[in-house]
Amino acid sequence: MSLLTFKGGIHPDDGKKLSKEKPIKSVLPKGELVYLLSQHIGAPAKPIVQKGDHVLVGQKIAEAGGFVSAPVYSTVSGTVKSLEKRMNVTGAMGDAIIVENDNNYETVTYQPLKSLKDVSKEEVLNRIKEAGVVGMGGAGFPTHVKLSPKEPDKIEFVIVNGAECEPYLTSDYRRMLEEPEKIIGGLKCMLHLFDNARGYIAIEDNKPDCIARMTELVEKEDRIEVKTLKTKYPQGAERQLIYATTNRSINSSMLPADAGCVVDNVDTVVAIYNGVRLGRPLMHRIVTVTGDAITDPRNFLVPVGTNYEELIEEAGGFKQDPVKIISGGPMMGFGLYDLNVPVTKTSSALLCLTSDDVSENEETNCINCGKCVSVCPGRVLPARLATFANEGKEEAFLKYNGMECCECGCCSFVCPAKRPLTQSIKSMRRMILANRKKKA
Amino acid sequence: MSDLLHVSSSPHVRSKVTTSSIMMAVCIALLPTTIFGIYNFGLNALMLVCVSVATCVLTEMIYEHFMHKKITVGDFSAVVTGLLLALNLPGNAPWWIAVIGSIFAILVVKQLFGGLGQNFMNPALAGRCFLLICFTGRMTNFAIPNGAFGNIVDTVSGATPLAALKAGEQVDVLSMFLGNTTGTIGETSAIAILVGAVFLVSIKVIDLKIPLTYIGSFAVFVLIFGGHGFDLNYLAAHLCGGGLMLGAWFMATDYVTTPITKNGQLVYGVCLGILTGIFRIFGGSAEGVSYAIIFCNLLVPLIERVTLPTAFGKGGKKA
Repeated sequence: MSLLTFKGGIHPDDGKKLSKEKPIKSVLPKGELVYLLSQHIGAPAKPIVQKGDHVLVGQKIAEAGGFVSAPVYSTVSGTVKSLEKRMNVTGAMGDAIIVENDNNYETVTYQPLKSLKDVSKEEVLNRIKEAGVVGMGGAGFPTHVKLSPKEPDKIEFVIVNGAECEPYLTSDYRRMLEEPEKIIGGLKCMLHLFDNARGYIAIEDNKPDCIARMTELVEKEDRIEVKTLKTKYPQGAERQLIYATTNRSINSSMLPADAGCVVDNVDTVVAIYNGVRLGRPLMHRIVTVTGDAITDPRNFLVPVGTNYEELIEEAGGFKQDPVKIISGGPMMGFGLYDLNVPVTKTSSALLCLTSDDVSENEETNCINCGKCVSVCPGRVLPARLATFANEGKEEAFLKYNGMECCECGCCSFVCPAKRPLTQSIKSMRRMILANRKKKA
Repeated sequence: MSDLLHVSSSPHVRSKVTTSSIMMAVCIALLPTTIFGIYNFGLNALMLVCVSVATCVLTEMIYEHFMHKKITVGDFSAVVTGLLLALNLPGNAPWWIAVIGSIFAILVVKQLFGGLGQNFMNPALAGRCFLLICFTGRMTNFAIPNGAFGNIVDTVSGATPLAALKAGEQVDVLSMFLGNTTGTIGETSAIAILVGAVFLVSIKVIDLKIPLTYIGSFAVFVLIFGGHGFDLNYLAAHLCGGGLMLGAWFMATDYVTTPITKNGQLVYGVCLGILTGIFRIFGGSAEGVSYAIIFCNLLVPLIERVTLPTAFGKGGKKA
């Protein structure tokens, strides 16, 4: 069987061997924990605790601020120290609840579900919503919203995204290897919502051990299949993944549900399992701390709210001075100028590099080589779009399908003239989207 | 930990391929035909190659210096232009022809339009056509030079095989393929050009779209309008003769002056094939590649506009 894939894409150095073989290790945070109220797309959560309150592990400290929103839970027991603004990974300040850890880990009692039998769909959805589950692959879209399409009967595929196509990241890999049962359990909870759907677990072929293990476990499941994807970036991008697994294409104005699909990342599916079956809210995530500046690159199970600096210490500190620190992978992550930011529901990695490709390569004239066009999974003309963006030509930008860019970064990666194409296009897209919002 | 970290917009990694590495690869790919040209035409050819490359590089340096621009000769694009121009000169051309052509190519065609990436025409070819118009006699005098190595197998003395073909004479296709005929320095040996082309294709500097559509559509044109019916010998002579191979693999594939869209590249290749056919078969001269390419260079913006690709998902129906 030929491998499932899409047209375009790139093969950057994957850097995964640094942390691939390191089992997931739990981190116990010290000191204060910072819970940002906006860890998801949509309205920020509203705090329901006050300064001085005592909170427990698993206690809700902020409730959803609307339908497209998600609650936030404390991941330690301790005292609410303050409610103030703190920096997030993009460098912006956001409202946060600060909890001083008392290291006792007193926990609320969870309400597990023995079986999914005779459990209504509403109940399952509600448990997901209450657990504060959001897309943990990076976007942070509230999962209960994603799982409530207008016509649930028309959903034909529930796809678990185990591509992990970002270089250096191994958190999903470790999760699939160490807790495959939870992923299958979570997928079953999702399939419970969609009567006509089949479950796909999509994994890139650079993780043969995960594929073998998963295939073995789903052998007796008649609604679940493992799909092997070609290793290529951005195989795990939602539109590309849907195309690879189902041969259906969606554009920027459509939702996966329009193609009869629901896609969720493996960590999200585990959070769904924890929320639905164990009654435990989303409190932890796996973060890969890696890069050539790190002494002991590892994968950690980290409570949300933990400071990034603590993760560096847990990984043995720096063996060399880092030049660039990235929250997330090298293709779509955020460059940090300060490590004093908290882990959120969407932090997938902390990548510390001793060299910076971007500043080492000087930008030169475009030679029109067309490499950006060849690799673009959105099938647009990045070189032209970047020029329109730099010149502020909105009309031409739209005519050349600028809004179909998924900001994957392939064009900037491959450009021999080292032009920051993605950056230019991204800025223009943000501007156009902001203007549209203003008008609406 | 150093107190200042680098921050930038994603992506944070870049591929190792740079403009200079691409240009260097083109230079390497041109070596077989350059070396063969020097072997074929003697020391005068070597002199022309050196003079062209040096003049191109110097012109670029001097212009950028006086215009207070960054000196960009390190990107090797001027070297490529100089080399291509030399390969398009007759082996017995005088040194000053190379100098004039190089200055025109770099100064007028490339730098005055904004430097690398901004020229609307292939500089080397524009330089050649400029020389052809100004010094027609010298540029079309393919009399056998006093070959330093004395090894030209003189099948059609004085005239290029293509001119002989046009005059209705018999030509030796095998020697045209190998290259021991007369013509410009770099165009005679189809095999030497193909060796370089295979190298460029294998390292993915060029792809097959333009060369194959160009050569393919030209072949079809020759078969239909050549007046020789389905004569494979005649067709092979056309394919190996003149500037077709050098043009199709090394000049029609010049990034700057070709469409960036994939379908546009196919259209561009077909336009080239048809135009070359018209020029060669119905034109006054036996040659047609250079003019076909620079003419099609001018069509590029138009071709691009009509071949905008459909974005991903545009074909998908909304459920």
